[in-house]
Amino acid sequence: MMTTKQTLSHLDWLEAEAIHILREVAGQCSNPVLLFSGGKDSLCILRLAEKAFRPGRFPFPLMHIDTGHNYQEVINFRDQRAAELGERLIVRSVEDSMKRGTVVLKTPDEPRNKHQSVTLLEAIEEFGFDCCIGGARRDEEKARAKERIMSFRDEFGQWDPKNQRPELWNLYNARSHKGENIRAFPISNWTEMDVWQYIERENLGLPSIYFAHNRDIIMRGGAMMPANVPLASGEVINVPKAGEEVINMQVRFRTVGDITCTAPVISDADNTSKIVLETATTTITERGATRLDDQTSDASMEQRKKEGYF
Amino acid sequence: MSNTMQHNDSLLRFMTCGSVDDGKSTLIGRLLFDTKTILADTLTNISNTSKKRGMEAVDLSLLTDGLQAEREQGITIDVAYRYFSTGTRKYIIADAPGHEQYTRNMVTAASTANLAIILIDARKGVLTQTRRHSYLAHLVGIPHIVVAVNKMDLVNYDQAVYDNICADYMAFAKELGLAGARDIKFIPMSALNGDMLVDRLDSMPWYTGETLLELLEKAPAAHTEQSEQFRFPVQFVCRPHASADAELHDFRGFMGRVESGDIAVGDAVTVLPNGYQSKVKAIQIGDVPIASAQTEQSVTLLLEDEIDTSRGDMIVKTGEAPEPVKQIEAHVCWLSETPLSTARTYIIRHTTRESKAKIGAIQYKVDVNTLEQQATPDLKMNDIARLTFKLAQPLMVDSYKTNRATGAFIVIDESTNNTVGAGMIV
Repeated sequence: MMTTKQTLSHLDWLEAEAIHILREVAGQCSNPVLLFSGGKDSLCILRLAEKAFRPGRFPFPLMHIDTGHNYQEVINFRDQRAAELGERLIVRSVEDSMKRGTVVLKTPDEPRNKHQSVTLLEAIEEFGFDCCIGGARRDEEKARAKERIMSFRDEFGQWDPKNQRPELWNLYNARSHKGENIRAFPISNWTEMDVWQYIERENLGLPSIYFAHNRDIIMRGGAMMPANVPLASGEVINVPKAGEEVINMQVRFRTVGDITCTAPVISDADNTSKIVLETATTTITERGATRLDDQTSDASMEQRKKEGYF
Repeated sequence: MSNTMQHNDSLLRFMTCGSVDDGKSTLIGRLLFDTKTILADTLTNISNTSKKRGMEAVDLSLLTDGLQAEREQGITIDVAYRYFSTGTRKYIIADAPGHEQYTRNMVTAASTANLAIILIDARKGVLTQTRRHSYLAHLVGIPHIVVAVNKMDLVNYDQAVYDNICADYMAFAKELGLAGARDIKFIPMSALNGDMLVDRLDSMPWYTGETLLELLEKAPAAHTEQSEQFRFPVQFVCRPHASADAELHDFRGFMGRVESGDIAVGDAVTVLPNGYQSKVKAIQIGDVPIASAQTEQSVTLLLEDEIDTSRGDMIVKTGEAPEPVKQIEAHVCWLSETPLSTARTYIIRHTTRESKAKIGAIQYKVDVNTLEQQATPDLKMNDIARLTFKLAQPLMVDSYKTNRATGAFIVIDESTNNTVGAGMIV
């Protein structure tokens, strides 16, 4: 006769695993950093870090690589959250890399997501970080399904799919030589649904653009694009071109990234529980619906990761 | 199985063993598709690819298609993780290639799995690879085995074929020591037609057992049903003494994950390897106090006494302390393209603790196909052998058989920092 042991709920299990991973980073690495954008996944990681390290301070600073093409709501939320937690926030911007000449755009308004890699590598060198903690998930994209929880990058920041360390049990190997780097992904095993359920359970605040709101939209390249978005710099982007019709619609964002390549979805979900429901019944993947930079080719994420992208 | 088993919203990790020819990718694709995990844009992508490759129906095996580098070679070279949920349970699938030269990938996938689906082609029956997969699943201690006799559509759904395969497998399982030690179940299926995975079609009325999904939903999520001793490797010590909050000046929290057993406030504990004794004063998750903690929970322990403890130490219940050892014997799977050298010093990482290690002896290696033991001077990638290690630092170990968390270790090559071996303490 077997007795059934009490097992953790899936959210408790995922939470415990993520806390364990964060503590392994803290225990094994000498100078880690937590990448924090103000987006939903990184907000979950902040809560996990609180559970991992409070009442102590986080054993790493937060860092955002700002493309300069971010929604002001998200930037404000980022700053507010870092201040509430009393943790140090480092911001490095792609625009500074452009000024230095290390990032060269082909066209002025092209998506800058892929250029974050350059700025990230520059910041890693500037601070001597040996590990960057990020919010990537294996369910996001095909190239991520085989990603390690502790992913090894060489001194050029490159991810070589053939040169990854086998990862067994929960024995993570975050060792690196000087100049090399580990990318640690504590929520690797979470799906979009898990993230939303966790946000709901933990009652986490989010930037307002995750919730349904009215917005002027144009259709561009087959996708809905937010029109006339003001940037922190005062510049306005996605100005409608001749022939582009502006429609006011109720939308929300499923992912929050560079404005020029992150499209909203039509939705009336104006609170977290409605989003959980909507996520359960959606018919389109998170990146398929909203990330134009992943649709260029079947292997575009794999390619960007090889070049040092997060 | 009793009907009192409630797995409210739990999580199950399982792996699939088989080759492309057995329909493994189709089986995973089917599970994802029939549980409505596949969304419209992904489906459009794979149906376009199916058309491009000249196929008539949508090839569900493309769902688990790998990286560009792998597609070019037409093979799968690494473990991929997939996710689906049924509303009552979340599943993590470790999808490992089954070919002999990928033993290391199977061992990797098995290390986190609590259930293994071993695929058999109904036309071919129990093959050498079936034995290999079963041996590895057994070695890595997966408690639940589901033998999926696939492609029943190609043998006219013949019950006699299925019964023979089950009998063959059980005979082999007895030989291996798998029968009795593990929970073994059989299912006839056609992954291609989606028969007996999520849906029960009417082609095999003679089979009244569970479908694959029913079985997955019922399988215990815990790694073991036996009670285990409390093991708490310290990952990190929290000492916020510089905090503005005066109450925190003496705070000393030992942070880690309960690898096995459970712990409650007031329990008497011993800190290894030094053997200091104390009592649990408080248990917290972040700032929030809890009365007790169970296996797999990540918590912070506060002790009654001020004890100097650091990462790599292990907290256990007093009276249940394993003896720290400086020599271990283990089954090791070699993972690296660089063969093991008996002349070199390696690093062993066991729980949160590391030690330098030298090879004492290689007793034998195991032919994973015949299970024969052979003498060998070295170990190459994918070899499995029994070794003795001599350690510079004492480790607090249990046998892998009694405790999967404190019986496992990895071997690290100090020059490259690569993980080169996976060990299970005998």
